Amino acid sequence: MSFINFSSREITCKIVYYGPGLCGKTTNLQYIYNKTDPQLRGKMISLATETERTLFFDFLPIAFGEIRGFKIRFQLYTVPGQIFYDASRKLILKGVDGIVFVADSQIARLEANEESMENLKSNLAEQGYSLEKVPYVIQYNKRDMPNIAPVEELRALLNPKGVPDFEAVASQGIGVFETLKSIAKLVLVEVRRQAG
Amino acid sequence: MTEPQMVMYEEEYRQIQAIVSRLVKEANARVVFVIDKNGQEIAKAGEVDQLDTTSLASLTAGNIAATGGIAKLLREKEFTTQFHEGERANIHIQLVGNRVILVVIFDNKTSLGLVRLRVKKASEELNAVFEELLRKVADPNRESPFAEITDEDIDNLFKD
Ligand SMILES: Nc1nc2c(ncn2[C@@H]2O[C@H](COP(=O)(O)OP(=O)(O)OP(=O)(O)O)[C@@H](O)[C@H]2O)c(=O)[nH]1
Ligand SMILES: [Mg+2]
Repeated sequence: MSFINFSSREITCKIVYYGPGLCGKTTNLQYIYNKTDPQLRGKMISLATETERTLFFDFLPIAFGEIRGFKIRFQLYTVPGQIFYDASRKLILKGVDGIVFVADSQIARLEANEESMENLKSNLAEQGYSLEKVPYVIQYNKRDMPNIAPVEELRALLNPKGVPDFEAVASQGIGVFETLKSIAKLVLVEVRRQAG
Repeated sequence: MTEPQMVMYEEEYRQIQAIVSRLVKEANARVVFVIDKNGQEIAKAGEVDQLDTTSLASLTAGNIAATGGIAKLLREKEFTTQFHEGERANIHIQLVGNRVILVVIFDNKTSLGLVRLRVKKASEELNAVFEELLRKVADPNRESPFAEITDEDIDNLFKD
């Protein structure tokens, strides 16, 4: 749920990175953090386990310039991908304006991707949302790994609707900003649609 | 979407800011801030310069969301108050009208009793302002800065 503040002249939208454990959600945010002008970003918060797995969420606030005198801000969140953290995932999804589904391209993770996508749909449904309404994009991450599925196969599994999708190597930053810009744009178009 | 768009107007912002500024004084607190349940900052007062309020806001909202989740599991109503006592700083977190979160950070210059008392009054005042705000937001004729922007406006944002 975007927040339009006439007083500070800011519009803030919430984007959630979703996907199976270890697919690279946190890595996306870390790259964005490292490559964004410090004036345009806040601190990155990671609530993680001792082994650097996301425990509750990562959070990164960033600014994107102005439209008609309104500062455009995004709050980026990641969910914990491990299956047993489902209760936390539901909480993070509250008030979401846009979703990046990060898939792990490795053949061994095909099923995990599908499960995570199903999990996303059911968690959205519980809150009265759906992927028919919430803007989302898909990122096929870890394209540098040896045993990966072809993009066509991943697309057939995860992207029947043909939403914007991107190949990525998040650990090297490849595809990270393309993905972010794409979802940010979809979110703004949706905010406009709701306003109009 | 199931939730209505969150909107803040100048008039309500001034009222909220006045309540928050008064609270920080009357409770003799260090910092007071109001955020929405998604962790977006609405107003703040006190020694805010030394504090990363954006991070605090998102963590507080996460905290409220987590305890709200626990309450649900226990078939409890949402826990509306939380208090954490530290060595130098204490934090009092109050859910207002199940919509916004009022956070007070204070030290030993004041007491929990006084903070509680002042928070109670401020909560009622805040609640009234947010009720009015919701009525405004629900008005179909309200202005929106966003209805008129063009594809080009959006595209320009992402040129680098
Ligand atoms: N080779 C390779 N490794 C990657 C890539 N992206 C992320 N990684 C690595 O994969 C591991 C897991 O990445 P994270 O970003 O922590 O994964 P996550 O999705 O946040 O995992 P959870 O928090 O458990 O849900 C880390 O060691 C990353 O460095 C990639 O594109 N290629
Ligand atoms: Mg993570």
